Amino acid sequence: MIELKNINKTFKVAKRNAGFSEAVKALFHKEYTTINALQDVSFTIGDGEMVGYIGPNGAGKSSTIKIMSGILTPDSGECIINGYTPWRDRVKHVKEIGVVFGQRSQLWWDVPVIDSFDLIKDIYKVDDTSYKKTLSQLIELLNISEIIRTPARQLSLGQRMRCEIAASLLHNPKVLFLDEPTIGLDAVSKISVRDFIKTINRENKTTVILTTHDMQDIEALTERILLIGKGRILLDGTLTELKKRNSVHKTLTVDYSGEKLPEFENMATVRDLNGHAEIVINTDLLSVSEAITTISQKVEIKDISVAGETSEEMVVSLYKEFEI
Amino acid sequence: MKKYISFFKIRFISGLQYRAAAWAGIATQFAWGGMTLLMFWAFYQNGENSFPMTFSELSSYIWMQQAFLAMFMAWFFDGEIFDSITSGNIAYELCRPCDLYSMWFTKNMAIRLSKVMLRCLPILLVAAFLPYPFNITLPPDFLSGVLFLISIVLGFLVLISFSMLIYISAFYTLSPMGIRMLATSVIEFFAGAVIPLPFFPEALQPVMYALPFASMQNTPFMIYVGHISDSEIVKSMVLQVIWLAVLVIAGRLLMKHALKKVVVQGG
Repeated sequence: MIELKNINKTFKVAKRNAGFSEAVKALFHKEYTTINALQDVSFTIGDGEMVGYIGPNGAGKSSTIKIMSGILTPDSGECIINGYTPWRDRVKHVKEIGVVFGQRSQLWWDVPVIDSFDLIKDIYKVDDTSYKKTLSQLIELLNISEIIRTPARQLSLGQRMRCEIAASLLHNPKVLFLDEPTIGLDAVSKISVRDFIKTINRENKTTVILTTHDMQDIEALTERILLIGKGRILLDGTLTELKKRNSVHKTLTVDYSGEKLPEFENMATVRDLNGHAEIVINTDLLSVSEAITTISQKVEIKDISVAGETSEEMVVSLYKEFEI
Repeated sequence: MKKYISFFKIRFISGLQYRAAAWAGIATQFAWGGMTLLMFWAFYQNGENSFPMTFSELSSYIWMQQAFLAMFMAWFFDGEIFDSITSGNIAYELCRPCDLYSMWFTKNMAIRLSKVMLRCLPILLVAAFLPYPFNITLPPDFLSGVLFLISIVLGFLVLISFSMLIYISAFYTLSPMGIRMLATSVIEFFAGAVIPLPFFPEALQPVMYALPFASMQNTPFMIYVGHISDSEIVKSMVLQVIWLAVLVIAGRLLMKHALKKVVVQGG
């Protein structure tokens, strides 16, 4: 159970204008601006949930993750995870969580991955039997048996990321924080990472909180989405709800034979050329099936496809809507 | 405790990998030790009596210093620790169920000991077979040998606890270079790494001996070469323990404060 209540965090950032004289001035007097990284952030996440945490760069995603993993102390507010306040009971708290920072590495650079794993086992005091069990499960699911004897520095990014994720799960945490776990990965690695996250969430009932910019991650993994912008939680809902809320327009792409399409009521023909037409409908006014029926009464449809707004487009329009 | 031992092991093993660096280090330290001794030899030609230590004592001191250089060199820092602070990689270290102070302390011990391990024996062996009075001799008696062993461990810990303060200062300054350079020079000078402490003016000596720097390499090596009275041995070793306690407590408090206001850089 994760509970955040009215979390606030500000950072002081030194600012100065460009130029030599400004640099000299800054030696004696520094001007700071205060940035509200998080304002009044509150949410609750139940056990075994998988939540996507999205927002543009600098919105406060990583700060929230850092607070939840006990690295940052917020200025005010409460956060209780499995009964602990992360920054107060840091050592007890971190035993029960796993964290993956997609842009950093926790594996020791010079030694084979398995040595890092063994060290992590000792750090978390995992007993031998459960370590062996977890390790073999992770090796199988992440398909890393071939690479764990290689030093981390010689692994490709995709291979390394799979090992990083394994390293964060060796102590069987109840909660897993993933901060951009698929950043920079190729399609195959992305899919295997996603499948893996899904599996451990389903089988081990691990609570997963995932930040990402890749909407496919969100689509493949999470039902619930938290949207943060300028340090505030803006939306909390399911992906389908969000999509419904935003996408009332559908685009029909039709290949047809016969005479040219006439103008229909409630349908906007965007393009119509040589038997290939794109028609946009507003589903509040006209359902997709009605539209298809109407069109097929006039012409012979050879091929038809219906496209809603993609998640990417949805996020862009959300960001626009909230001006973040 | 086990986690710190494992942590020690992994750092120690990776430190042992650098064998070419060890050979180069041994060669440098021989050259350096030899040069220092020859320089002092030139001064000693004017009459050994005008110097506080006998030349033979001085030879032992210099060779011990060279053999255990990696344990006491103040200018050596673990770049990884500074990097983790400035780049923000410390995020991972902070989400381990470990005490960061102990973890870094262990790390430092491991790196330095792995270096000493590779270097001290060849230097001690060769230095033992050099012609008198340039050779290293055994401690004056068995008891001094035992006290030396205890004292060198204490001195080693004092040095590390002092450099911990410099690591932690990187949380505040972000660029550790300035403090690092200043601290390095101060430690090297006042610890007797440049010139053994007995060579300093008598008026300065009480102050120099009271500072934590004298509790680093000076105390164990003076016990080893026998240039210290029995009552002085007791006094200096007690001082070592006091400094160790003070520095560790100071470091832990500073770390606690630093972590409260820590800003993890980037991302």
